[in-house]
Amino acid sequence: MSEQGEPSLVVSGSIRRRLALLLVGSASVLTAVLFALVHGFARQLAQESQDSILTASATSILDSAAVENGEITVDIPYAALSMLGNVSDDRVFYRVAAGGSFLTGYADLPAPPPQGRPIGFATAPYKGEPVRMATARRSLTLAGRPVEIVVSVAQTLTGRARTLARISRVTLGLGVGFFLASAALALLAARASVRPLDRLAGAVSRRGPKDLRPVSAPVPSEMVPLVRALNRFIERLRISLTRSEELIAEAAHRVRTPLAAVRSQAELVLRRVERPENRRALREMIRALDESSRAAGQLLDHAMVSFRTDHLERSRIDLAALLGETVARLRPLADLKDITLELELRDRPQLSGDSILLQSALHNLLDNAIKYSPPESTIRIALEQAGAQTRIILRDEGPGFPARNAERLTRRFARGENAADTVGSGLGLTIAREVVQAHGGRLLLANRRERSGACVTLLLPS
Amino acid sequence: MRHLAAAIIGLWSALAGLTGPGTAPAFEIESLTRFPAPGGRPAHSLRVISNADTALFSPIVLAFQERHPSVEVIYTTASSTQLMQALAEEGAEFDVAISSAMDLQIKLANDGFTRPHRSALTARLPSWARWRDHVFAFTQEPATVVISRAAFAGLEVPRNREDIITLLRAHPERFRGRLGTYDVRTSGLGYLFATQDSRQSETFWRLIEVMGGLGARLYCCSSDMIEDVAAGQLALAYNVLGSYAAARSDLADRIIVIEPEDFTTVMLRSALIPARARNPELAGKFIDHLIRLSWERADPQSYPFPPIGDGDRQAGSGNPALRPIRLGPGMLVYLDRLKRRRFLRAWEAAMLRE
Repeated sequence: MSEQGEPSLVVSGSIRRRLALLLVGSASVLTAVLFALVHGFARQLAQESQDSILTASATSILDSAAVENGEITVDIPYAALSMLGNVSDDRVFYRVAAGGSFLTGYADLPAPPPQGRPIGFATAPYKGEPVRMATARRSLTLAGRPVEIVVSVAQTLTGRARTLARISRVTLGLGVGFFLASAALALLAARASVRPLDRLAGAVSRRGPKDLRPVSAPVPSEMVPLVRALNRFIERLRISLTRSEELIAEAAHRVRTPLAAVRSQAELVLRRVERPENRRALREMIRALDESSRAAGQLLDHAMVSFRTDHLERSRIDLAALLGETVARLRPLADLKDITLELELRDRPQLSGDSILLQSALHNLLDNAIKYSPPESTIRIALEQAGAQTRIILRDEGPGFPARNAERLTRRFARGENAADTVGSGLGLTIAREVVQAHGGRLLLANRRERSGACVTLLLPS
Repeated sequence: MRHLAAAIIGLWSALAGLTGPGTAPAFEIESLTRFPAPGGRPAHSLRVISNADTALFSPIVLAFQERHPSVEVIYTTASSTQLMQALAEEGAEFDVAISSAMDLQIKLANDGFTRPHRSALTARLPSWARWRDHVFAFTQEPATVVISRAAFAGLEVPRNREDIITLLRAHPERFRGRLGTYDVRTSGLGYLFATQDSRQSETFWRLIEVMGGLGARLYCCSSDMIEDVAAGQLALAYNVLGSYAAARSDLADRIIVIEPEDFTTVMLRSALIPARARNPELAGKFIDHLIRLSWERADPQSYPFPPIGDGDRQAGSGNPALRPIRLGPGMLVYLDRLKRRRFLRAWEAAMLRE
């Protein structure tokens, strides 16, 4: 699954962001509601506590009202007003009226509502400030007639405002703290709830290109259908891949054996045929049979490589010996075209890997080089150790790779633009690349700088 | 003496230009003293109305002028009731009002005739020494009993009110006509002391009855009572400002100042800025100056009152008998018309029995 080949996905939002926004949003709504409730409650409490002390004050004044010497009089207790000073530094006003006429206190204090319950409350402006006023009533008998005594005690609101402001500050601080804490928790929660998704995505994207095992890590129940579907998909893919590899190998195998039979028949015939045009036709036939059987061999090779890279069998390999063996095996083919193979072993590195695969890769590369080299040319093969890497370099004197897009050639069945007149399956470089990659190395394709010719480098970690 | 030399007491025409052109003030002033700016031409003028004697207060004013040389201070004295009338009814324009009548100061602030003042110094005042950022206490002055050494020759010095009552009852002839106290009907401070005494204990009323029975003489001011005790005309004066008595060190060999041990009422002299002040900023500086003197161990040269202390120490913490009067709306109670009438009736009934 390469990145470039992926069709661009349409991203619509983010679960984590949506979750975080939802949680933070509900936290802020809750905070606002909490603040409003506490604030309202505090306001009511402050009001009630002021009202109750005003009531106590007014009642104690009312209790001191009496009839003396035929007139109504009040003897305001000291505590009636000083108790108000205990609570706050607010200004205090009072007014006592008997039978509707002013008796003592502040005559211009706003009049209380004319009739009402025994204790009434009002808020009104007085002397440039809003005051809270409690009014208490009681009847006395004067000369046989009832007279209503009305006592109002009023207090400015600065103390209450100060209390409220303090409560508001504390509540606001609490609210902000609550909000910040719940926002942080919301972010954590959002992150925690998408973590299984992240984990799954990481596990799937970290897989090697050939890893088609089902996902077996534990997942939350909500993700089970997704993972199950994914596993089914992977399984289908694996089966279909295996099937096609098998098919190819089977087909190649089935083709190669009859091809070999036909080729030996053709050679027998060639020995007996005399006419030059018939011999030429037979030679063409043999050549075509050779190419076909080579292509079938490569297909088999590739199927083998695909299988073995999935289950790499590593052992200690003497690369120099392996290279020498490969060169020796291909020397007859090179001799046919009078091509010299020069093997230059600068080091004798040891490598842990699959010798069959590596031999197949080297064989394919060298075979390619021989195929594309002109007759009577030289192919140089060098083996050297460079730091932590082992390098195998093949240089030929052929046409080289097309200037553009040399890497494309390592794809299956891709062939160079300048290889039209040479017969080939296009699998050689693919096999080499897959082997090198399975060993954790790289295959570099380049052209020689000093003259025409290809330069193929295998980089393998030691 | 520095302050006597500097306080060239120019007793102005009392009626000149106090409330602006055209309106003659109806309130009575006792004296008017101009403290010229020491730095030459005055840039500002600070008008102070006070019921404290000029002689007692001039060192404070002079110390203030040392800090602010370009300020001229006009110091007017009036009784506490006249001061109240000037500010509450006649709208006189003063920058600072200083009074020993705490109840009247509270009433001025409560009824909206003052303006607030906040500074680093007022913030340092303990809560009992200020009210609403409007009234600021800067002294604690006990109400004392002053007796004549000569008149008490051979008698044990009384320590509390019970002792005084016992003495007066035992020696009526020695004390008849030689007792003095405030006339609470005319003196605001006398009324404050008497009402606070009556709150503390019933002994007060018995003492007043005994004094009334012995023909007590009634005074307007503490200084007069101290003079008369020193001169031998009075044997005992009740509810005399201890600060005034202490200030008369020249009379120490003739008088004894007693803080009654049953309880001693303590008055807080206070300052405020009237709402109609022309120069409220300067007035605030003057109040800060008073607070600084009273709370930062001032030298007795410039602060003639008993030191308040230099911390959160309220008088009474050392002496359990001291009863500082609390600033607050409770003070309004005895200013109530009916309450006052009732109190004065009781007082008159006890004091003026003949």
